[in-house]
Amino acid sequence: MTVTVVDLGVGNVPNVVRAFRRLGTTVEVVAQAEDVAVARRLVLPGVGAAPPALERLRKDGVEEALREAVANGAWLLGICLGHQLLFEELTEFGLHRGLGFLPGVVAPLPSGVRVPHMGWAKVEATGAGFGSLHGRWFYFVHSYAAQPAAEHLLGVVTHDRVSFCAAARRGRVVGVQFHPEKSGEAGAQFLREFLELSS
Amino acid sequence: MGAFRIIPCLDVDQGNVVKGVRFQDLRTMGDPVAFASRYRDEGADELVFLDISATVEGRNTLLPVVRQVAEVLDIPFCVGGGVRTVEDARQLLAAGADKVAVNSAAVANPELLAELAALLGSQSVVLAVDARRTSWGWEVVTHGGRVGTGRDVLSWVREGAKRGAGELLLTSVDRDGTGQGFDVELVAAVRHAVSVPIVASGGGTSPEHFFLAYAAGADAGLAASIFHEGQTTVGALKRTLAARGVPVRWEEAWG
Repeated sequence: MTVTVVDLGVGNVPNVVRAFRRLGTTVEVVAQAEDVAVARRLVLPGVGAAPPALERLRKDGVEEALREAVANGAWLLGICLGHQLLFEELTEFGLHRGLGFLPGVVAPLPSGVRVPHMGWAKVEATGAGFGSLHGRWFYFVHSYAAQPAAEHLLGVVTHDRVSFCAAARRGRVVGVQFHPEKSGEAGAQFLREFLELSS
Repeated sequence: MGAFRIIPCLDVDQGNVVKGVRFQDLRTMGDPVAFASRYRDEGADELVFLDISATVEGRNTLLPVVRQVAEVLDIPFCVGGGVRTVEDARQLLAAGADKVAVNSAAVANPELLAELAALLGSQSVVLAVDARRTSWGWEVVTHGGRVGTGRDVLSWVREGAKRGAGELLLTSVDRDGTGQGFDVELVAAVRHAVSVPIVASGGGTSPEHFFLAYAAGADAGLAASIFHEGQTTVGALKRTLAARGVPVRWEEAWG
């Protein structure tokens, strides 16, 4: 089983690669559109600000390659910033068009919530398919959150009495706001479930 | 509400975990990777590695350790000790660390915190503050408590948070190594001064000590010897805290 990690040059690629290798998976790291287009199981990691990542996606046809792969039946897992990029619109330093695999916008966490939301938090599952999302703790570092449609919401997390999206899914496209590669056994379990679903 | 974190701390000298009271009488305890795996399996929420090696021509002796630990560890970890420049910090993060802690270099040059935050993001920047009680409050000290700075801890943490530190590693040098519990008055005073997360350090040896640190407003409690010497496990400590109503991250496997 091979996992193809898309390197947008915006961080945490080595940690994500190590997490999949620990599960016994073959991992390839790619940056070129032609490699992305033919992949069957894609992972889009990322940390930091959205605009540089979007710029990188639009350069050299990586965005079109992701669309082509997904249209041809590939699975796609977005992690943290990679999860946010899956949505239609991002409102970070202005309004940006996202990849649009999932309807909805990515907005700053509501005022009154301490940002960044950082640390371990318990996720409650709101959709089926991932047993690991039932009441287990995952590691978060973010200041923005996606607002998916109810039917695409997979899990929520509550911080400072405000609940927001922890995970979303539409068909073969899955996104998680947390870092499974830094979430200990729960994170490993989530990645195993993604591998099982996508095999 | 996030979980109250339990953080084992590993002092590393020339690549080995060592134990000693404030840099005195160092005793080699073993391989950092083995310690890291054990604490991860016991339920540690995060690990802190502090390089206490005498710095050799500015060479960072912790980098190879960070690379090895990152291979096996799937929980966040912070590294500190001898971080003097943005480049030092960048290398440690590139090697796999999630956060870097700065102490005396930030005291000498507070602007370093802003530079680190701008390049790495505040979430990766930890300000380590060593505090000593005085007649007027708490003084910032460096070099394991041997050097006084005359600075008030409360004004220093306010400045540090304003300049971009995303977390405080707050060590009471009076309590460190004594086993008498965290300086909870210090924790409470700093809690009133800033809103960034506080990791309480120095003197915590019993579940009661960790409970009091939590009650005083700490977001995490850090300890070394109680875990290294098998006095307790992270899992056992968390179970006791959970029974007292402290929100802790819990997995069935630690039961």
